[in-house]
Amino acid sequence: MLAFLVKRVGNAILVMLTVAFFAFLIFRFLGDPVELMVNESATQVERDELRARLGLNDSFLAQYVRFVGHAAQGEFGLSWRNQQSVATLIAERFPATFELVIIATLLSLLIGIPLGVFTAIGRGRWWAESLQLSSIVGVSLPSFFVGIILILVFSVSLGWLPGYGRGEVVKLGWWSTGLLTASGRAALVLPALSLSLFQITLVMRLVRAEMLETLRADFIKFARARGVKHRALWFRHALKNCLMPVITLTAMQVGNLIAFALVTETVFQWPGMGMLFMQAVTFVDIPVMAAYLCIVSFIFVTLNTLVDIAYAVIDPRLRAA
Amino acid sequence: MTVATHPSMSDVPALDVRGLSVEFPTRKGVLTALSEVSLTIQRGEIVGVVGESGAGKSMTGMSVLGLLEPPGRISAGEIRIGGKRTDNLGESEMAHIRGRMVGAIFQDPLTSLNPLFSIGQQLIETIRLHSDRNRAEAKAHAIDLLKQVGIPGADERIDHYPHQFSGGMRQRVVIALALAGNPQLIIADEPTTALDVSIQAQITALLRELCREHGTGVMLVTHDMGVIAETADRVAVMYAGRVIEVGPVDEVLSRPKHPYTRGLMGSIPALGARVERLAQIDGAMPRLNAIPSGCAFNPRCLDAGPRCRQVRPAMVAEGKGAAEGGVACLVYDGGVQ
Repeated sequence: MLAFLVKRVGNAILVMLTVAFFAFLIFRFLGDPVELMVNESATQVERDELRARLGLNDSFLAQYVRFVGHAAQGEFGLSWRNQQSVATLIAERFPATFELVIIATLLSLLIGIPLGVFTAIGRGRWWAESLQLSSIVGVSLPSFFVGIILILVFSVSLGWLPGYGRGEVVKLGWWSTGLLTASGRAALVLPALSLSLFQITLVMRLVRAEMLETLRADFIKFARARGVKHRALWFRHALKNCLMPVITLTAMQVGNLIAFALVTETVFQWPGMGMLFMQAVTFVDIPVMAAYLCIVSFIFVTLNTLVDIAYAVIDPRLRAA
Repeated sequence: MTVATHPSMSDVPALDVRGLSVEFPTRKGVLTALSEVSLTIQRGEIVGVVGESGAGKSMTGMSVLGLLEPPGRISAGEIRIGGKRTDNLGESEMAHIRGRMVGAIFQDPLTSLNPLFSIGQQLIETIRLHSDRNRAEAKAHAIDLLKQVGIPGADERIDHYPHQFSGGMRQRVVIALALAGNPQLIIADEPTTALDVSIQAQITALLRELCREHGTGVMLVTHDMGVIAETADRVAVMYAGRVIEVGPVDEVLSRPKHPYTRGLMGSIPALGARVERLAQIDGAMPRLNAIPSGCAFNPRCLDAGPRCRQVRPAMVAEGKGAAEGGVACLVYDGGVQ
């Protein structure tokens, strides 16, 4: 098990180094940083001085090593747009996106998995079939549309929940959380729902398909023959055998959610990373883009490593690998 | 032979099936998969059920377990397990019977066990379902069961997962699981078919020994006459959803009465006897939707006469009643003419 862990974590580090290399390439070679940073009236001496100060005269390898070293400490330099530290910019925005994505993911699992199980065991009944049918609607509705409808119904018409912003936030060190205040939690409901609706239906359909497959397995029949009751049969024996693809999908989707969050954040004026990234792209703010690239891939790689480890925890057959 | 194996000595049979019919409603009409099947199994007795694929052997076993695949349903007859009528029970009541009064062993030990749970977890789950032992007692009992089925190092092996066992060892685990609720009847559906020949003999010997010991009746569903000859006390031959001959193994194997049984026996190669060609029964078993009138076997039967095409032969009892021994053939019931 230890060798397995070392191997997985080693793989993850290798992937991160590769991603950092590409981030470094755009950082260093997409235009001349000095030209983009100094004002037009700067003299050649000033430019050379800045070039030396930024370490741009060092060898390629030395620069890469320095970039990785800084990135590992969360240091991505200054934003070219407003001269603020990229790390600070991201630290301000990241918690909002992260909380939104995590809540949306939890919602999709907590609602999607039971719905999947019930539509599988109720196959042929009217309620299961109508759920399955309506899930197609959930899969095909774009999330900005869902967001707008949610705002219209729950915020504008009913006035139950806020339709924009993050509500009050509490500072825990550099992390700002909306989970500890009532207004923060209320503000989270609609964006999280609109972001998770697609995931809920996706998880539900996946679990349903996997359950139908597993329920036909011999070991399910044999479990029934030894007197295992329905509930244990479905939620213990069958569901556990369906979890692998769900975990894989969830990990992949968290990455996608961060991307989708861009749209949702716009609709709900959510002060997250999506807005920051949009601005960075508009202003060719390379340090912010490089940092964004590194952070998103870090999340992806971490999640996928955790998935590999979760596989081994769930399935004893994979532990030897 | 122990006392329990003598039918006359034990009071209530482990299994008593009377006139069982199973049908499948389909779009084109109702298919009758089993028709008036009667069979008794005493405690400690092993009754082999043989026949071609589709003859209804497994279907009989699944009916007893209450595991018929929908839309299959029991349309007539009675099933009693240890004297208790079970064919009319609902799913939740039947779940209570399964494992406790009737256990099961299926064909493929590779797929019978849940790959994600250790064999200990599966054994303990089953034991605790059927008794009020606590976790520690259940574990002790599980280890004891593993020892009984001949798994070396049971104390250690109990924490292993199914993929860490060989096929023969897994089937031993399956047998331990079938015995975990201490049922008086076990439905063994082709328990050795998926195993190596060398392992088959070990498993059948184990099955026989344990059933004698525990006084468990066994319905041994197989198409392997060798297994029947080695293991069973009595044998029931099925054809097209009916039992056509029942009797003690020696009797049926050495002096088969029904022309179909004779054909089956003739098709088994004998050691030492060189023959040009093995006997075979011409034709194939009829499909469920095209069972001929009269005796279902008449188109393939060498002894058939005009009466066979009109009259469906009933089981002619021998000795203690139709479920104990008998043959369903007009040759023995008024002639074929």
